[in-house]
Amino acid sequence: MRSRFQQGLDELRDKLLRMGGLAEQAIDRATEAYRTRDAKYCQMVLTGEHDINQAEREIDELALDLLAMQQPMAIDLRFILAVVKINADLERVGDQAVNIAQRVLDLISEPEVQLPVDIPRMAQIVSTMVQRALESFLDGRAEAAEAVLQMDNIVDRMKDEAFVVLVQKMVNDSHLARAALNVLLIARALERIADHATNIAEDVIFWVRGADVRHGGAHYRA
Amino acid sequence: MGVGIEVRGLNAWYGKNQALKSIDMTVPANHVTAVIGPSGCGKSTFVRCLNRMHETIPEARAEGDVKVGDLEVYGADTDPVEVRRRIGMVFQKPNPFPTMSIYDNVAAGLKLNGFGNRKQISELVERSLKMAALWDEVKDTLHKKSGASLSGGQQQRLCIARSLAVEPEVLLMDEPASALDPISTSKIEELIFQLKQHYTVVIVTHNMQQAARVAELTGFFLMGSLIEYDKTEKIFTTPADKRTEDYITGRFG
Repeated sequence: MRSRFQQGLDELRDKLLRMGGLAEQAIDRATEAYRTRDAKYCQMVLTGEHDINQAEREIDELALDLLAMQQPMAIDLRFILAVVKINADLERVGDQAVNIAQRVLDLISEPEVQLPVDIPRMAQIVSTMVQRALESFLDGRAEAAEAVLQMDNIVDRMKDEAFVVLVQKMVNDSHLARAALNVLLIARALERIADHATNIAEDVIFWVRGADVRHGGAHYRA
Repeated sequence: MGVGIEVRGLNAWYGKNQALKSIDMTVPANHVTAVIGPSGCGKSTFVRCLNRMHETIPEARAEGDVKVGDLEVYGADTDPVEVRRRIGMVFQKPNPFPTMSIYDNVAAGLKLNGFGNRKQISELVERSLKMAALWDEVKDTLHKKSGASLSGGQQQRLCIARSLAVEPEVLLMDEPASALDPISTSKIEELIFQLKQHYTVVIVTHNMQQAARVAELTGFFLMGSLIEYDKTEKIFTTPADKRTEDYITGRFG
């Protein structure tokens, strides 16, 4: 019986990793759209969302079947719970990529303006966070997941700095307000993706160690 | 009321084969404690040592300290019959006295223990059947029907009532629902939950979901040793020992 169950768990892991690939691709395409001001990449993100949503449904369905049919315990139960939560986070990553693509479409409908915010650099850090969180899931390595948690602070700080600079621009230079608002919303979407990557890393730690590290500190069951 | 059980350095043998190795375990009063483990791990031997049933098997013996409330189970002056009155036992297969009426099945232990007062016996029979959640189903046929005429689930509750009639402090259950269908199993599990208000319950089960549903504490036995003993939630979500995890996730063998 274990081998059939193990097949189900392997299938669940593979499906989640494929979905992770789609979510990473969406971030990268949205970033490319911003960098190149090419609407083609925005369209790819918008049409790609369907696949992410479809993957989310399939993963939830398989997880539900395994819970109902196999009544998993201990590390298997923690694994399935982690997958269900990571699944929801990846779907939200896809949504945020769509938000970025929509802001880029609005940005490129106007002449290009220079704003002192390094979105590509922020996007690169965020994309690395998602990638490392998924690698820690693939390898079942809590240490790798912990490294992702550290990176979240950097992204938070970058978003706060972008906020100050862009609000200042809006106040001082009203013809830049629309572009500044779009970039601000992009920075916020990236910061939220970083939060989802953090959640994924926390879920990996929960799966591997049985420890709840959300909201600071490590909480082990008494 | 139930009493706690203190087990210290309990060893048990079948001939030369050691079935239990230095078991230390504290079972709290008025709780349900589950004992799980693969076949042959010693879990049934363990509960049978708690009320000195183990030594009734030829060549079987046990050593160590077992204290049930203030009773030294293996004390030099302790009467095994008194031990078994205070520590009742329910087995895997319901074993009512087949030719006796329902009433006589429950009253049997009382009569053996020298209860003579018929009114008192009647009261205890009714109370025990109520406690075992069987009264409503059999109250009109107490003297007419035999124990064997009941369904498997009812027979098991009858056996529980029979154990309760002699007013034990601890109830040991060895796979009490493994021969029952899901509805009867659910009734027995509900009953176990109710019983802990008055008794200390120790249940041996192969069914881990059952242990998870009914027990507050769970002990995992392997090859005669108690590997891990903790709150049931802990055992089934984040066990500390790899062997426990391997067993409950089916990675054994």
